Amino acid sequence: MEHAIRISCTRRNLKVVRDFVSDFLLRYHLTDLLVNQIVLAVDEVVANLIIHGNSEDESQFLDVRVDVVNQEFGIEIEDTNLTSYSPTSYHEPDLQEYVRIGKKGGVGMMLVNRIMDRVEFTTHGSHNLCRLYKKLR
Amino acid sequence: MKITQQATDNTLTLSLDGELDASSSVVLDTELSKAEILNNQKVLIDCRQLNYISSAGLGVFISHLQRFQDAGVKLVFFNMQEKVHNVFEILGLDSLMTIVPSEAEATAI
Repeated sequence: MEHAIRISCTRRNLKVVRDFVSDFLLRYHLTDLLVNQIVLAVDEVVANLIIHGNSEDESQFLDVRVDVVNQEFGIEIEDTNLTSYSPTSYHEPDLQEYVRIGKKGGVGMMLVNRIMDRVEFTTHGSHNLCRLYKKLR
Repeated sequence: MKITQQATDNTLTLSLDGELDASSSVVLDTELSKAEILNNQKVLIDCRQLNYISSAGLGVFISHLQRFQDAGVKLVFFNMQEKVHNVFEILGLDSLMTIVPSEAEATAI
C-alpha cells in the first residue's frame, strides 16, 4: 500500500484522515454517497483507536495505509499499544433502547459493520492492526 | 462546527454549518443540553450546511431525543443533504427521528 499517512492520536486529526481518504478516492470517480460511507467507516475506527485505544495520547501514532486492488478498497490502520482496541464482543445495539436511556455513544461500530464488506482486528503483542474492505463496483 | 440560532414564537432553529465528528460534536451537545431549550415547542435543525456527520454527532441527537419528547418538545430536521440522510438511514434513525425535506414542512409540523 503506497498511499500512507501517519497521525498522532488527537481528535483534531480525524479531519486529516477523512481528507486523506476522500482525496485518495477521488481518482475512482465514485458517488458522493459511497465516498461518504467509506470515509465515515474509517473515521469511526480511527476515532475509536485515538480515544479508546490510545487515550488521546498525542505521543502515540496511527499509521494509515489505503489501496484499491481488483475494484476493492482496502485500508490498514496500525498502532503499537499494549491496550488494543478490538471489538470482538460486539453486539448490534438496540437503538430504541439507546434513545430511551439517552445513550450518547456506541453506534460507531454498527455503522462500520453495516457499511464495510469485511472488518478485521488483529493483535500480536503490542502490535494492533485493523483492516477494512469495501467493493467499489 | 458553527451553530447559528434563531428564535421565533416558541420555535428555536439551529442552523448547523460544518462537520459533526468526535471532535466537534461537543459544541452541539452543549447547545442541546441547555435547560432553557425545553421552553420551546419545537427545535428545528437546519442541516443545509451540515456536510458530514459521524456516530458522535448522531449520538448527541440520540442522547437528547427522549428528553425532548418527555418535555413535549418536537425535534425536527430539515434541508438534509443526501449523504447525511444516508447515514441516518444506515442505522434506521430516519424512522426514529422526524426528518422532512424543507423548512416549510418543518414549520408546519
